[in-house]
Amino acid sequence: MRRKGVLLFAIGMALIAVPLIITSEFYVNLASQILIYALLAVSLNLLLGYGGMVSLGHASFVGLASYAAVLLLNAGFGQLASAVLAILFSTACGGLFGLLALRASGIGFLMITLALGQIVWGIAYRANTLTNGDNGLRYAARPHPFGIAIDSASSFYWFSLIVFAIALFFIWRVTRSPFGASLQGARDQPRRMRMLGHNVWLIQWLAFVLASFWGSVAGLLYVYYNLFISPHAISLQQSAEVLLMAILGGASALTGPIVGAVIITLVKNVVSTYFERWNSLLGAIFVVVIMFMPFGIVPGVRQLWARWRAPKKLERAA
Amino acid sequence: MQFWIIQTLNSIAFGGLLFLLSSGFSLAFGLMRIPNLAHGGFFMLGAYLGATIVYYGGHFWIAVLGAGLGVGLVGIAFERLILRRLAGNVQGQVLVTLGVSFIIADLCLLIWTGDPWTVPAPAELRPPLRVAGFAFPTFRLVVLAIALVTAVALYLLMDRTRLGAMIRAGVDDMEMARGVGIPVSLLFTVVFALGAVLAGLGGTLGAPMLNAYPGLDTDMLPLALIVVILGGAGSLLGAFVGSFVVGFLYNFGIALFPDLAYFILFLPMVLVLVFRPQGLFGRVQT
Amino acid sequence: MSLNRRTVLKGALATGVATSALKVPATVAQAGPIKVGFLTIKTGPLASGGLQMEQGLVTFFKQKGNKMAGREVELHTQDTAGNPAQARTKTQELVERLNVHCIIGPLAAFEALAIDDYIRTSKTPILTVAGAEDMTQRKANPWLVRPSSTSAQCSYPMADYSFKELKHKRVATIGDDFAFGHECVAGFQKAFEDLGGKVVQKLWTPLNAPDYGTYLSQFKPNLDAVFTAHAGSNGLKFVRQMAEYGIKTQILGGFTPIDESLLQQIGENGLGAMTGCWYSAQIANDINKRFVAEIQKEYEVDPGVYAAETYVCGEVLNHAVEAIKGKVEDKEALNKALHDTKLPDSLRGPLSIDEFGHVVGNIYIRKVEKKDGKYVNAIIKTYPNVSQFWTYNKDAFLKEPVFSRDYPPAKNLE
Repeated sequence: MRRKGVLLFAIGMALIAVPLIITSEFYVNLASQILIYALLAVSLNLLLGYGGMVSLGHASFVGLASYAAVLLLNAGFGQLASAVLAILFSTACGGLFGLLALRASGIGFLMITLALGQIVWGIAYRANTLTNGDNGLRYAARPHPFGIAIDSASSFYWFSLIVFAIALFFIWRVTRSPFGASLQGARDQPRRMRMLGHNVWLIQWLAFVLASFWGSVAGLLYVYYNLFISPHAISLQQSAEVLLMAILGGASALTGPIVGAVIITLVKNVVSTYFERWNSLLGAIFVVVIMFMPFGIVPGVRQLWARWRAPKKLERAA
Repeated sequence: MQFWIIQTLNSIAFGGLLFLLSSGFSLAFGLMRIPNLAHGGFFMLGAYLGATIVYYGGHFWIAVLGAGLGVGLVGIAFERLILRRLAGNVQGQVLVTLGVSFIIADLCLLIWTGDPWTVPAPAELRPPLRVAGFAFPTFRLVVLAIALVTAVALYLLMDRTRLGAMIRAGVDDMEMARGVGIPVSLLFTVVFALGAVLAGLGGTLGAPMLNAYPGLDTDMLPLALIVVILGGAGSLLGAFVGSFVVGFLYNFGIALFPDLAYFILFLPMVLVLVFRPQGLFGRVQT
Repeated sequence: MSLNRRTVLKGALATGVATSALKVPATVAQAGPIKVGFLTIKTGPLASGGLQMEQGLVTFFKQKGNKMAGREVELHTQDTAGNPAQARTKTQELVERLNVHCIIGPLAAFEALAIDDYIRTSKTPILTVAGAEDMTQRKANPWLVRPSSTSAQCSYPMADYSFKELKHKRVATIGDDFAFGHECVAGFQKAFEDLGGKVVQKLWTPLNAPDYGTYLSQFKPNLDAVFTAHAGSNGLKFVRQMAEYGIKTQILGGFTPIDESLLQQIGENGLGAMTGCWYSAQIANDINKRFVAEIQKEYEVDPGVYAAETYVCGEVLNHAVEAIKGKVEDKEALNKALHDTKLPDSLRGPLSIDEFGHVVGNIYIRKVEKKDGKYVNAIIKTYPNVSQFWTYNKDAFLKEPVFSRDYPPAKNLE
């Protein structure tokens, strides 16, 4: 346990030091993007990993939060008010979506979330007067939380890191709480949970709302980073990408989606500069990883590690 | 009046194409519980293969069969080498089938470039059919006829043959089927290959209307999903009725409510699922 | 189907050769090569146009021996995949990591708009090909030059020709349901109705619609023509399905639907279709003849607007770099030189840049004809020196809202 604490501290320090070690603004910005996608994937994983619900509409919360923030800011609200209201609005939509999606389970759940995501996308595309269609909307400027400017690459990275750390801590606490336990119970043994007097539906709905809340926070970071939102950020491809991040890294682990987000973001943005067939590479990574680690990278590596350690332990015991 | 007649014909003809697209998806999903998200990629691959055969002088109908065969082989390889190791692992299946669809799309772009490929319909089917002042594309009616024949053939296969009986047993209760000695493993390959063949055939048959172009896969996959979800996964009747329901919803929806065109199919789908999660004719509780 | 796999490999090879040739150290006094960033789309559904853009630009620099004003040119190509967020990251990479002196691209308007604020703050001269009207109108970016066309610029002469020469009175429009399609149709409608014609029907096809049957069977009877604003492969789909449904109405179009790169596939169904465009592979000047010959030889296709766009960007850039004697390190000077461009002879004919950074140049009315067994966009009329404001008063034009799905309002729908 002690060693784990030291490790965590070291990783934390390393993450804080990123902009000091990497001086190129480009890579610092890339690190910020990875944090944003990692947050999105981790929030989705509340549903996927802990709730066993495969959602193909998670990018819609990026869109709902971003569009709401832009429109509120343009309507004259302050930065803070826009941010709070945007997240409230987007989370409320999440509550509504959860009501509809939880009517079904399995592939039905996947399809309803997909359909709702497509409806949000379609509205963003079609409601020209509000959203400016596919030309998108600009966000005027990044906010200055507590009077601190986050316009530079490194300050924005630190800002994102703080938000990400808070979110991760919160989600970690949730998964370790009685609520987290009952969510996993509802995934594995829904009938037994019902018999024990748990309201399975309510548990899953609350997980959906939590996931959409943190997804909306990621969405707000997205629009702060890009200062631009258009329907492409909420397309089916984007939703699929977030889902793929979580599965690739391993949905059963808290850190799995983060690993997935790192890999996919790097392939998309860095490898693509040097290798034109990066889409094939991404597909091949998915296939190969799942062939050898059916439950994703993090659980797979853990298993390998355990297997490697086990004989040594036995030796020592002997 | 003309509006209603033509749009009805449009709806039915489009429904026929959708049946070719989605029946294979539905069969595989019903039996194996695999949401094959590479199915749109199979359809696109079929269109490109057909276009290539026609380009090198093959006759259109040869191209249709060749594309079906080619995509069928891809399907067999995919099922044998990869999918069967992931039985029961839904997340793994989602990742792998999407991964394969990425690869198919990217390789199609490499081989056939970004420019669309056209496939001319057989010359005798090109001029539109004119009856009492109406004009309607002859080729679309032929595609509809093929879809109907396919539907009947599939029905006979499922209902009258030993293979069909085994598949139905597998859909209803996998463990029981295994228990009574049905070769479930072989059955999986056969059904998945059949789905791939139908997608390949459909791709080439659709190409004279839709062409083969990058993005055809992502345009078609949601349609297949909608048909299967509306009709009910694993049910041939569901896929059949679902195809024509979607054909009508799509054509009349965008004609009467053009402002909703971007999501015309998703609203009814949400409604159906909310009130009847297993779809209209679902055998399996998904 | 004139492109096949071999051409792609050949193209890739040519690119490879071009880049390796760039590795040769510069012999010029000035420090290092001129770095040109190039944003295009090489993967995904929009790759067709993006790959042609690359063909055009590679051909241009090859003709120049990879040199501008005596300095070596280093071309950095980036794939945006048609995704605004990725376009932004790639732009940052070009500017921050590779320190390019200027950028050419990106393809799509939403990509260009996603990087608009970044271009302003990083003060990077950019030559874009995306069509969005306001990029050189109400929200003109001082660092941006567009030598191709706005979405609507080619629609005005088409409307003029349709009304005055073809005597059309009743026209229906159909276009892709996104900003480019809206603006392209709006320009036609404005010019056509101001002349006295009537747009009696406006249809919009969603970008992801695989089939247009429903739309085509809605066309009203007694139309004089149908104006289409489809882009990419959708133009091909539109023309083919028109034939499928036996609709013989005259087809008119903006600069995208009947493109040379797709013309052989469109084939006989396109015969007689007329489009307004700032380019045609049939333009009879020496620059274009050489360009067409080289593209045909290297890639076995006819160049269309995408390839021509980046070639013209190259010409404008080269002109500006020569004007400042290769001192591209001075971004302000390069930007000013780009904005001051006046080329008496370019691929598309004479061109100049207006105060908003947008081109003033010829627009050609083209008609699909068969010539020596091949389908071509024959030029039947040239409108010289067309501005992005057409014949309208600039200030009055800019006071109106930007073109959209609902503006100008359609008063004559039936």
